[in-house]
Amino acid sequence: MNCKGVIREISNYIDGDLDPVVKQELERHLEHCEDCTMIVDQTRKSIEILCDSRPVSLPTDVRDRLHTQLRRKINHDPS
Amino acid sequence: MTTPKPHPLPSSVVRDDEPLLVASARSGNASAFEELVGRYEDKIFRLTSNITGNREDAEDAMQDAFLKAYAHLKDFHGESRFYTWLVRIAANEALMRLRKRRPNHFSLDQPIAGDSDLMPRELDEWRPNPEQLYAKSEIDKIVSSFVDQLEDEYRIVLVLRDVEELSTQETADALGISLSAVKSRLLRARLKLREKLSRHFRQGALN
Repeated sequence: MNCKGVIREISNYIDGDLDPVVKQELERHLEHCEDCTMIVDQTRKSIEILCDSRPVSLPTDVRDRLHTQLRRKINHDPS
Repeated sequence: MTTPKPHPLPSSVVRDDEPLLVASARSGNASAFEELVGRYEDKIFRLTSNITGNREDAEDAMQDAFLKAYAHLKDFHGESRFYTWLVRIAANEALMRLRKRRPNHFSLDQPIAGDSDLMPRELDEWRPNPEQLYAKSEIDKIVSSFVDQLEDEYRIVLVLRDVEELSTQETADALGISLSAVKSRLLRARLKLREKLSRHFRQGALN
């Protein structure tokens, strides 16, 4: 497998979603390619940063409007 | 009904009492439903904001998503996590609004031609680590602004898969597209995000 092949499969590799033979080929490439190893690590890290990012709290006015709407609907349309 | 302050909850963690709450809400207990809303409103608003990129649309989509969820609670039979079900409804509401604003602007299921855009350009190490350069809240802001800059078709898939942590199959189901369409967009989205972060972290290290 060459560098282009690694990049094409990088997402599946990170997700553990690769055929074992392809995975082995990819890892063999990583053993001697520093650039690809770095790109795999940084892509994995990018996903981690994204997963770890916390939602900002709902602005109070948005939250109040949401709950007002919900109450109105629930009270008018009890199920 | 009370309006408890929501506590952020990772989507992959389901609180033990959730099935009971859902059952209670299904039988008409409005405060049980509002408790569920309180648990997920921050995350659902983040999702609708991430998809629409517009505060007004994000709020409308979130409101309609919770109202629809309430109206269709009887159709939720626990085949998936309650949150995943909610995300599907909210993603649909948000997508409808995005499509209205940008008709014919993006396609989630057209094949992507060629792979010439895949090869990385930024090949510098992240040294020092981003965590050594920035506070957590700053990193959150940086990554969020880069996600906003991604093209619609990449951003939407990335958000469902790597922010909301839906599986590839759940993402495909939520968007009504094929697994291969999800994977090809996810690959590009992740590589583009790495590229943007890399450029930023390199500059950060130089400053």
